[in-house]
Amino acid sequence: MAKLSLAEVEMIAELAKLTLTDEEKAIFQEQLSEVLEYAEMLQQLDTTGIPPTTSALPLSNVMRADVVRPSLSNEEALFNAPEAEDGSFKVRAVLD
Amino acid sequence: MELYALTVHEAQEMLRRGEISSVELTESVLERVAAVEEEVGAYISVQPELALQMAHFADERRAAGEDRPLLGIPLGIKDAIITQGVPTTAGSRILEGFVPPFDATTVAKLRMAGAVFIGKTNTDEFTMGSSTEYSAFHVTRNPWNLDRVPGGSSGGSAAATAAGEALATLGTDTGGSIRTPASFCGVVGLKPTYGRVSRYGAIAHGSSLDQIGPITKDVEDAAILLGCIAGHDPLDATTLDAPVPDYVAEIKRRSDLRGLKVGIPTEYFVKGMEAGVEAAIRAAIAKLAELGAKIMEVSLPHTQYGIPVYYIVAPAEASANLSRYDGVRYGLRRDGGDMWETFRQTREAGFGPEVKRRIMLGTYALSAGYYDAYYLKAQQVRTLLRRDFEEAFQKVDVLVSAAAPGIAFELGSKVNDPLQMYLIDVLTVTLNLGGVCGISVPCGFSEGMPVGLQIIGPALGESLILQTAYQYQQATEWHKQKPLLGE
Repeated sequence: MAKLSLAEVEMIAELAKLTLTDEEKAIFQEQLSEVLEYAEMLQQLDTTGIPPTTSALPLSNVMRADVVRPSLSNEEALFNAPEAEDGSFKVRAVLD
Repeated sequence: MELYALTVHEAQEMLRRGEISSVELTESVLERVAAVEEEVGAYISVQPELALQMAHFADERRAAGEDRPLLGIPLGIKDAIITQGVPTTAGSRILEGFVPPFDATTVAKLRMAGAVFIGKTNTDEFTMGSSTEYSAFHVTRNPWNLDRVPGGSSGGSAAATAAGEALATLGTDTGGSIRTPASFCGVVGLKPTYGRVSRYGAIAHGSSLDQIGPITKDVEDAAILLGCIAGHDPLDATTLDAPVPDYVAEIKRRSDLRGLKVGIPTEYFVKGMEAGVEAAIRAAIAKLAELGAKIMEVSLPHTQYGIPVYYIVAPAEASANLSRYDGVRYGLRRDGGDMWETFRQTREAGFGPEVKRRIMLGTYALSAGYYDAYYLKAQQVRTLLRRDFEEAFQKVDVLVSAAAPGIAFELGSKVNDPLQMYLIDVLTVTLNLGGVCGISVPCGFSEGMPVGLQIIGPALGESLILQTAYQYQQATEWHKQKPLLGE
């Protein structure tokens, strides 16, 4: 079940917004298949009724008071932006 | 003895007695960096002027009567932890030139404690790796043998500590990234309980697993640094609101290990463990018994599933965390004409092979049709791994094992074989998955390279593992061995 096809590698790359070279695709197909085959050992375990662990902490719904507190200035927030204009991050058009 | 070779607690005492100044101490460390850094490559960037300014300031504050736990002590910070005004890369081209507008909470706390910052230490890109060879900038060499890796991903921090290029350092640990390099470089590395130390400002890898912790020359230094960085943080909703004990006082509360129940998890003597490592660990266990500890075998039956669970869960979380690198708000941008092509080209140019591999793996595990088989299944087995720890800690106080199944390996020997690289973490990932704490302390040598003893404690059991490690250290000399670098 684990062995990935080239088409699956391409599909995953597109989901992750990575452009892979043909060489990278071939290497990843082999390496990811190997790791996924190793992970197959999990299927040996019967986990019926076992709840999933999303966090090891005994915490849930941690809230704080809804009050304004100091944060970055507009200038600080934009300092690292590759492109900015009128106090905003500048991106390529989302819609044509 | 040169000043750079001091431990934090030794330097603290000399500074307090006025025998040395922070400027003298910092200059000694900077000279050491200048002398050995070309061989070791522990740092991505060094800020000598800033360090000396901080040292001057520390000396002024001390002259004015101030005293703080780290006043004037030169430290290195892993470059996966952000530092206001000082470039932070996480070992990645995609963050080259990024200057953080604020400090990580741990960094802010070290500043409050009076520390001096020497520079930012090397790391595998986005902390993904076990050898520091996946840094986008350069490799770091093991100070004990320059042909070998320092371990990873906090290899820069461990190498800097071992080589005297900082009195101590901070690292991060998602699946062993503090303990493995500490073990490979013959220094002490502590991964706190999940939630003990704030992750605010730690560049995210696997958010349910990441912790920041100290890498130091001895156990007392680990206690000092942990005391400075631990505690609840309103900026990190996953920190525990539990009091922070005086860890230095805690480690000195015992004079032996009588009454301490030490469990040996039989599954941690894994197939393929190097004979020299096993011998050192068995000898360390005998030493713990000699100190009065009651040694008993315990079983953590799901241990073998740790690696497959980790290499589903961590990449899944990483693939989501790394979606933020899109060339819009910070870091590299490669313009591709339209928005989507800009994202693709930026990420293609900015991420290295291991990061792409993990993003691919995580994206696959989270994708429609595979979620239940991989991600959900891994999270269920994670529950079984947690229960293993809970049951073991009902019988014993701490667990001990090797930190890694082997010694530091040769540079280049595993870099093209991801699965072999992943298997190095077999004895460390389970702690992150269980949310428990662990420390690696030097416990001998194999083929001339250091071996680390891992002492594992329950959630918030830092005092216990530090006490155990301290008693072991008081009875042994391993932590006093230094590499012959530059001599």
